[in-house]
Amino acid sequence: MEAIIGEVVAKYNYWIYVVLMMIGFYAMIGKRNLVKKLIGMNIFQTSIILFFVSTGVKKGGGIPIVDKYKALASNIDAATIVNPLPHVLMLTAIVVGVSVTGVALAVLQRIYREYGTLEEDEILEKLQR
Amino acid sequence: MNATNLHLFVLVVPLLAALAINLLGRRSRQWIAPLVLGSLAFSVFGSVIIMARVVEYGTLRYTVGNWQPPYGIELVVDPLSALMMVLIAVVALLASFSSLKSVEQELPGREHFFFTLYMILIVGLFGLVLTGDAFNLYVLLEITSITTYGLIAMGKGRAALSSFNYIIMGSIAACFYLLGIGYIYILTGTLNMADIARILPTLNAPVATATAIAFVLVGLWIKMAFFPLHSWLPNAYSQAPTGAGTLIAPLMTKVTVYLMVRVIITMYTPALVFTHEWIARGVVWAASLAIICGSVLALGQKDLRRMLTYIIIAEVGYMVGGIFLANANGLTGSILHIVNDAFMTLCLFLVVAAIIYRQGSVSLVSLRGIFRRMPITMAAFTLGAFAMIGVPPTCGFFSKWYLILGGIDGGHWEFVVALIVSSLINAVLFFRIIELGYFGSLPDGDNQEHAIDERREAPWWMLSPLVLTAVILIVVGLSTGPLVNNVIRLMIPVGF
Repeated sequence: MEAIIGEVVAKYNYWIYVVLMMIGFYAMIGKRNLVKKLIGMNIFQTSIILFFVSTGVKKGGGIPIVDKYKALASNIDAATIVNPLPHVLMLTAIVVGVSVTGVALAVLQRIYREYGTLEEDEILEKLQR
Repeated sequence: MNATNLHLFVLVVPLLAALAINLLGRRSRQWIAPLVLGSLAFSVFGSVIIMARVVEYGTLRYTVGNWQPPYGIELVVDPLSALMMVLIAVVALLASFSSLKSVEQELPGREHFFFTLYMILIVGLFGLVLTGDAFNLYVLLEITSITTYGLIAMGKGRAALSSFNYIIMGSIAACFYLLGIGYIYILTGTLNMADIARILPTLNAPVATATAIAFVLVGLWIKMAFFPLHSWLPNAYSQAPTGAGTLIAPLMTKVTVYLMVRVIITMYTPALVFTHEWIARGVVWAASLAIICGSVLALGQKDLRRMLTYIIIAEVGYMVGGIFLANANGLTGSILHIVNDAFMTLCLFLVVAAIIYRQGSVSLVSLRGIFRRMPITMAAFTLGAFAMIGVPPTCGFFSKWYLILGGIDGGHWEFVVALIVSSLINAVLFFRIIELGYFGSLPDGDNQEHAIDERREAPWWMLSPLVLTAVILIVVGLSTGPLVNNVIRLMIPVGF
């Protein structure tokens, strides 16, 4: 038991992302309301963004802004700064996530106009009639 | 513009055209057709030149913004991506003729929105085959997906709902892919595909590598609708506007299969992917199941377009299975089938677009006596059907031949049996339609507006690309030998 707790505490950032991801996954698969599905999708994406960002962190690492001339003159010790690349990647991923959410909301609007509801079972009921 | 960065122009010209279509097409729809056709014709021209150069001089590399790889994003054109560029450009140009006509009928007043998305989708597809960077690939995958969601949602009736389901499935897929890339980045510290391929085999982390591969592959399988993960495809593709279907159906799944080939060959190296024999065996079984189930589900459909979407699912099974046979014949067959299937699907969807343009429906009942009404269209349909079944000398025969040889080489008899059974089911499917169209007649009192023997062929805009595609089916079939020897053979990894 203690071994498991130790494992969880040592890698708590990964456990948080796994838990968030499962919450998002459940909402996407299990919920019947289309907006809740969309929010589940957002949670799913956020968990992956957090995962990426947490991989760049180093203990005692500073912000990755260095003087160009100092850096050229003497090599910067990579251990003193956090890795900025995952953060930059995630900026792009956030943009992608926002655009997908935007398209999905627009599509949801069309669905609402067509069927007057966003509950999946009510829509299916209307379709069968 | 010079020859070293021509492939960048092939990508940029449609992108600029997309912006121009949105601005100018708003004023007057006169602008749309010349912009779409002009930019795509340029892309066809450019990609053919690149293909010739790559075959002659070998792989081209281009670093965007002069950030040297592995740090900067690299565009790589090797023989396979050059082949895909030509394929995308030609299919897009042929499809756009027909789309221009059917969008004019189905979405009057919204043509500039439609074609803006249409062109950005094509740009995204070009980007996918050009990029040499794993994260860039994710971004481009999402660009193509987002434009596809938009195009599908422009359809009538249930289209918005189908599009939403596709959004949910597509996002799960993209997130899985991104997660896999995250694992790779943690393992190797790089995102450049060539660099990953160099570093990954030197690491001693079998479990983490396998997890990363699994995430990436599952993500791509959802995007390409590999059998148990296919549920979003039939609705989305059959309810999209006809003009969107003619572009999306031939290209989206095929380019995703290309991405899987790219990831397996260039990024992970085949040695790592096929280390566990039982995994490859399992995937081939799943592919065989996909082929059989796709074909059987297609039998149950009462609408031609819906039937074709299930055939696409079966065809995805062909290609995935061929790659996981893990031998040279299987891989050759898969890559060849990407090309052939794109043209076969294009041919059949152009037929669907032409029939919908004339009579508004492609339900099997409404196809009675269609040969008398649209003889040229249906002649092309027959040729497309023969290619799907795999009758020589149409192109479908040759890729199936390679796939069957690969199945025999690898001892995967279940795959060989699935291929043959699916060809038989395809024969039943298409001969049923040909019989209805040739001998059937419309029941009296039904659909009086197209009186039975009156000839109402599709307009020139839809007919000429269709006839051209039907000719391409035979030309590609007859030029299989040079295609395999000069292009595809170069991509088969050593020791395969």
